[in-house]
Amino acid sequence: MKVEEQIRPLSSVKTGKKVLLVRVNAGRGLNSRLASMGLVANTEIRVVSNSHPGPFVIIVKDTRVMLGRGMAHKIMVK
Amino acid sequence: MKQITVALAGNPNCGKSSIFNMLTGARQHVGNYPGVTVEKKEGYCTHKDYAITIVDLPGTYSLTAYSTEELIARRFILEESPDLVVDVVDASNIERNLYLGTQIIEMNVPLIFAFNMSDVAKRRGLEFDLEQLSRLLEARIVPTVGNKGQGGPALLDAIVQTATEGRKARTHKVTYGSEIEEELAKIGQCVRDREKPLTEKYGARWLAVKLLEQDRDVIEKTQAPEVLQVVNRSIEHLRTIFHDEAEIVMADRRYGLISGACQETIRSSVELRHDTSDTIDAVVTNRILGLPIFLALMYAVFFLTFTLGKYPMGWLETLFGWTGAAIAQHWPADSALWLRSLVVDGIIGGVGGVLVFLPNILILFMAIALLEDSGYMARAAFVMDRIMHKIGLHGKSFIPMLIGFGCSVPAIMGTRILENRRSRLTTIMVIPLMSCGARLTIYSLFIPAFFAQPWRGPVLWIIYLTGIVLGIVAAKVLRLTLFKGETTPFVMELPPYRMPTAKGIFIHTWQRGWMYLRKAGTIILAASVILWALANFPKPAPDTLASLSAEQAKQTSLAHSVVGRLGRAIEPAIKPLGFDWKIGTALIGALPAKELFVSQMGIVYAVGEPDESTSTLSERLRAAYTPLTGFCVMLFCLISAPCIATIAMTRQETQSWAWALFQFFGLTALAYVITLLVYQIGNLF
Repeated sequence: MKVEEQIRPLSSVKTGKKVLLVRVNAGRGLNSRLASMGLVANTEIRVVSNSHPGPFVIIVKDTRVMLGRGMAHKIMVK
Repeated sequence: MKQITVALAGNPNCGKSSIFNMLTGARQHVGNYPGVTVEKKEGYCTHKDYAITIVDLPGTYSLTAYSTEELIARRFILEESPDLVVDVVDASNIERNLYLGTQIIEMNVPLIFAFNMSDVAKRRGLEFDLEQLSRLLEARIVPTVGNKGQGGPALLDAIVQTATEGRKARTHKVTYGSEIEEELAKIGQCVRDREKPLTEKYGARWLAVKLLEQDRDVIEKTQAPEVLQVVNRSIEHLRTIFHDEAEIVMADRRYGLISGACQETIRSSVELRHDTSDTIDAVVTNRILGLPIFLALMYAVFFLTFTLGKYPMGWLETLFGWTGAAIAQHWPADSALWLRSLVVDGIIGGVGGVLVFLPNILILFMAIALLEDSGYMARAAFVMDRIMHKIGLHGKSFIPMLIGFGCSVPAIMGTRILENRRSRLTTIMVIPLMSCGARLTIYSLFIPAFFAQPWRGPVLWIIYLTGIVLGIVAAKVLRLTLFKGETTPFVMELPPYRMPTAKGIFIHTWQRGWMYLRKAGTIILAASVILWALANFPKPAPDTLASLSAEQAKQTSLAHSVVGRLGRAIEPAIKPLGFDWKIGTALIGALPAKELFVSQMGIVYAVGEPDESTSTLSERLRAAYTPLTGFCVMLFCLISAPCIATIAMTRQETQSWAWALFQFFGLTALAYVITLLVYQIGNLF
């Protein structure tokens, strides 16, 4: 039996892990901005750095991107 | 010669600037797009009988209506009708970079892709089937390495070819899947029927796509209510099908298209691409090591600036001194002595005081350019973000503040990287508190005059630190009161570490250094002349001076002049700070540019002809004031009234006189209060 991965916020993903983006819970402006930087559904995200406190660093579509923690809360992954 | 206009587009960090520089060399012109503070860069070159104008559009990740830069880039392409667009793409990072490409494709304008940084791509083991990809994208692809100057001729060839063959209809369109395409067809038809002028200008398909994306700009332009109704129905319909906004699904489809094209045409033979960068980052942005490493680097930067800069500074001082003396000596005696004084005291004294600092400032800018070009700056913004966040600013804010230690003028211009207007305004307001190179001239005079070794280093340090601390407090207060509001969500790309090129550093250093020079050449020159006049006229009647000694004569002349009178007028106001009319005079003189404070003090203490028996300015200051007063003078200069060039730049970047004046008076008031406190309390001991 396959274990389904829970959908959870990106902020909860530990350093070094790879996840898949499901959706972004944010206004259209932010959504569009993130999309243009590569953050769309089914894109692979690798968490490079997730240390409290401090911004979040991920690799998406071969680019290293730094996010504020608030943003990481809004991005849902599995 | 036939004319071709090319628009240069691309993501930030893709090396677009180096392509622009490579094609246009020195033939560039920087202006402003009307009404906004975004820079408009245009350059020229010739190739095979064609005169090519290249417009460097702002770097953007896409072409939505969400930011000014994107709107400007978009408007240029759609409304200024360039002959073609060159999309500069970071070849080592194609999938993300092509997102912008798909949007340009949808604008139906002839397109060329410049696959830049192709050397990095090759090193990473990426292999491209450019022919196939070119066919799929229906655009010529030229591999380039902008920062090494490779690919220029090929790109120019492609530009000429594309411009001359005229517009061709596309076979491979950007499609979004059947459900969305159905809705787009409906909207497109409605637009064609009801918005004829818009359709003529932008094309029904592009309008339909934008309307479905709920593009604010296009919606504003659409007047027919029927169109908006159809659009809303479509959005509702798609919402039920996809459980998401059409905009998001469309973004997804774009990437799908790109991914498909890339999978067919790009092969990667090396898996590990990020490991070196990651290792460096793990150290440099480490929670414990990050900040100390950053502080150590900053210390190194300033240390370098002051020690290396000392030598050329010394040479320049000698040069100006020698020039002044030579002119004074060889001037035909008794003819137009006022002119001699103007040239020697006014111009050479005034402007020389500024230029002497050029080496220091250039070294500082060079160090900053090095940190930026290598990619470290973005990491530093990350490290600083935590602290900046506490005062309500972005990590990115610290970069312009750092530049402010050289000169506020390019620093304020550098706040353009901040997207949040309130953060930006706050940063602009406090930048003058980052003690600039001009104020250093004042400290260089006062510190040795009043403080013996080993106190000199620490006193300088205290002054800089005071500025920084005040800046932090002021920013916090501003963010809590006037500029209250959320900080923008922090999203910033971390470019990979790169070896900076000498050429790149030179260009970046020069761009900022030039602003400083221009300030010197214009405002300070004019101000020096005016000040000289104000300090030398009106002259008292000759017989009143006849009976006085040389010293007394000079004093009387100054007291008689406009500057002297102004200085006396404000003396009662500044007495509680420990200042006298001479300092007041110099302060007034320093309004155009802080460097003038020193030359004004020099003039105040030795107006008239140079005299062999005069003691140095330092000695005279020491004789006239206490160390407490000396310190208070420096404190006051640190905080108060930024120079005219700074005010002018603030007004330009905020597009408002109100903010510029607020900065001026606010800082001066702050300076007054603090200096007052320090002096009065200091006096008790």
